[in-house]
Amino acid sequence: MSYEDHKSTVARGANAIELLDISKSFASVLANRNITLGLRSGEIHALLGENGAGKSTLISILAGLQQPDSGSIRVGGRETRIDSPRHSLDLGIGIVFQHVVLAPTLSVIENLMLGRSWRERFERSSALNRFHELVETVNFNLDPEAPVSSLSLGQRQQVEIMRALWRGHEKVLVLDEPTSMLTPQGVVELGEVMRHLRDRGVALLFVTHKLKEAYQLCDRVTVLRQGEVAGEVEVKDRDVDSEERVVNSVVRMMFDQSAIGQLTGQRFAQAEHDNASTNQDRKTDKTNVRLRASGLVTVAEPGECPLRSVSFEMIEGEIFGVAGIDGNGQKHLAEAISGQRKLQRGELYLGAESISQMSGKSRRQRGIRYLTDDRMGEGILAEYAIATNLVLKGIGEPPFWSRGITFWKKIYAHARDLIQRHDVRTPTEKTPIGRLSGGNIQKALFARELTNDAAIVVYNKPTYGLDIQNIELARGRIKAGAERGVSTLLISTELDELLGLSDRIGVMYRGEMVGILDNKPGIEETLGRLMTGLEIKPQVTEASPQAG
Amino acid sequence: MPAIVSSITRIVLPVLLALICGGVVLALLGKDPFAYYWYVIHRGLFSWTGFQATVVRMAPLLFLAAGLIVAFRAGLWNLGVDGQFLLAAAIVAALAPELNGLIPRPLNFILCFGIAALVGASWSLIPAYLKANYGINEIITSLMMTFLGINLANVLIKIPFNDPNTTVPQTATLPVEDRLARIADTVIHEGVILGLVMVLLVHFMMTRTAFGLQLQTVGANPRTAVHAGLNVKLLTYATFCLSAALAGMAGAVEVLGVWGNVRADWNPAYGLLVIPLVFLARFNGFGTIAFVWFFAVLMIGGESAARRLGVPTYFVLVLVSLLLLFLAIVEYLDHRWRKGRV
Repeated sequence: MSYEDHKSTVARGANAIELLDISKSFASVLANRNITLGLRSGEIHALLGENGAGKSTLISILAGLQQPDSGSIRVGGRETRIDSPRHSLDLGIGIVFQHVVLAPTLSVIENLMLGRSWRERFERSSALNRFHELVETVNFNLDPEAPVSSLSLGQRQQVEIMRALWRGHEKVLVLDEPTSMLTPQGVVELGEVMRHLRDRGVALLFVTHKLKEAYQLCDRVTVLRQGEVAGEVEVKDRDVDSEERVVNSVVRMMFDQSAIGQLTGQRFAQAEHDNASTNQDRKTDKTNVRLRASGLVTVAEPGECPLRSVSFEMIEGEIFGVAGIDGNGQKHLAEAISGQRKLQRGELYLGAESISQMSGKSRRQRGIRYLTDDRMGEGILAEYAIATNLVLKGIGEPPFWSRGITFWKKIYAHARDLIQRHDVRTPTEKTPIGRLSGGNIQKALFARELTNDAAIVVYNKPTYGLDIQNIELARGRIKAGAERGVSTLLISTELDELLGLSDRIGVMYRGEMVGILDNKPGIEETLGRLMTGLEIKPQVTEASPQAG
Repeated sequence: MPAIVSSITRIVLPVLLALICGGVVLALLGKDPFAYYWYVIHRGLFSWTGFQATVVRMAPLLFLAAGLIVAFRAGLWNLGVDGQFLLAAAIVAALAPELNGLIPRPLNFILCFGIAALVGASWSLIPAYLKANYGINEIITSLMMTFLGINLANVLIKIPFNDPNTTVPQTATLPVEDRLARIADTVIHEGVILGLVMVLLVHFMMTRTAFGLQLQTVGANPRTAVHAGLNVKLLTYATFCLSAALAGMAGAVEVLGVWGNVRADWNPAYGLLVIPLVFLARFNGFGTIAFVWFFAVLMIGGESAARRLGVPTYFVLVLVSLLLLFLAIVEYLDHRWRKGRV
């Protein structure tokens, strides 16, 4: 269907909400150009596009956070100007944002009760009734009295979804990258919730950059590219042929002709398994142990899963994957190795040297790097320049500092160099890093951690929230690093990623490393059983206590 | 260029609005606002004695501002500056006359400033400890330490440091000729220059040193600071001590430069007055100096105008609060306007 046809179809109606010829630019960048999009009641609509394709801007417009420069919006057939978030809510548009925006100190139920008018009474009992009613419809397992800070990211997202549906009259539900924090099982469950809502007549907009999910979960896919609608595909019968067809046409829409060669549809199958054999080749000649962890134990903080005895070894140039459902101690593992978290018990050796008591700074100087999964929360200073953020982990060290005095010119030059080499898209090196897109922030963090003297790099969900191209790029960098001899700890909740990159895969379950497998074809099932606690490898004897 | 214009507007507009609004209040009180403002400007700025008094008043304010910049940039609310100031002032006032004549004058000053810094810093240790180890809100603890500090200073002045030769309880007095040296033929003492240097040093430290960037990192996002491997605990102590030391030195400069002694129940509470100024300047050293100067003019001129026109001295505070209010409003409108435009 041509774009003009598409426009006329959208304009014809039957839509819960319509965007007509929406354009929006920021400073000199055109974020959205003549976007026309119709969301039908009772349909799941995927909005697919890379980072920077204009998805976030479009969501902001729907949320009433931004006003389009031109174009119009029709809600229920009537032309409307969504001039505030409250207005957006009043119009029945519920939005689940990618970055969770809950008050961590309040309980689940209190968070859900926020945002009502001050005139209404603060009635907990009726709110609890609503909570139980809603929990039943969406089939979540949440404790209404648990403080949000104690929930895993996946659970927080569930609260967000509940909040978006809280009023009960939602006609449109927008989900911004909802699967990025979820386990495969969580994605399946989310799909059920979405279908359930669709069947009740809600128009859903599923914003993502994961083609496979868009295909599996959605009825219609609109592709955005560089701020424009590149095309729309309807997903009808879900068989192998149709998947191939849809995937191919979507890939064609998303990327220029030249890019298609590298990114055919087959990468969404398990073709990456082929990599495993090459990984095996890579490590054969290097067998010296780089990092040895024995019996690592950390102290739990409220809502966190501590380490309850984790032992493993990593050799030079190895990619050691860490699988596990989110919230099973992966974060503590990463922090314990990087020196950000104290060990209660256990020993860590870098080569022959014990580093258990060493500060994070000394470990960094010895080549241990940590790329955090919490980019916005702890990875960066959002309001500070990219250049500053790039040297944040080496404040006071030469060549950018001498006797404590800062050489800003050198820092800026260094930043310009890294920005160019890592292809960070930014106006200047002095731009506050928080203004960049997620993919570009991640590129900057890669640039910060992957310097030449990196020996051990811990990646915590390195591709979370990135678009296909940036995911490929990140994975390529991880691999290239390992080929240079970097011992890599790759924590991920995406099995495809682990299977595609790792030499060995350890599985975390309730703070323990319950099994370590060589990456060979056919281990998925064992991995799955380990991840869900159905199986515990014999080498781990200690019984797992109840998770807190 | 438009950026400069807009940032000037963002400062000048609130000042104008505050003056207009203050004028309306004066008119409602039956006073002539033009006369009031004229006195303020005249007495605080254009008359030679007034100008000198203004500059002298700047000295303690500058030290306090320097201390507050350090703390606020590091995200720590050291609201205990008044306690640190007064306690240091009382101890210096007791010490300086004792040492006077025993040791050379410059040494006396150095010693007094050093002790004032130590006294101030030590008075911040408890809030720093509670903040660093237990995350207890430093606004509350440092404010409570201020009350303790003010009362302890009073006790010290009334009992051990009391000068028996006077009827009012006060410390012994440092003779005028032994106070900080005057500049040329003015009554302006060297402490003012020291204060300016302190603010500039702090500004330099914050923008051009590793330590400054570390403090800013902690201030901007403590979690990022932990992630970047900074010792947040140690930096918390360092910030508090530095900030409080500067507040203590503010007490010293006021005693050594102006008063020569401290009377019981003397508490100018400069700290709380300086806090808004530091905010108005967005922790920028140069901006802070400008605001401190502006405020000193208001204070000195306001005192004089108050006597002439029967307007309470506190009216100056009304002006400052109006200024803060309008600054916030203009900031908000500017934000809205930008958002609407982009």
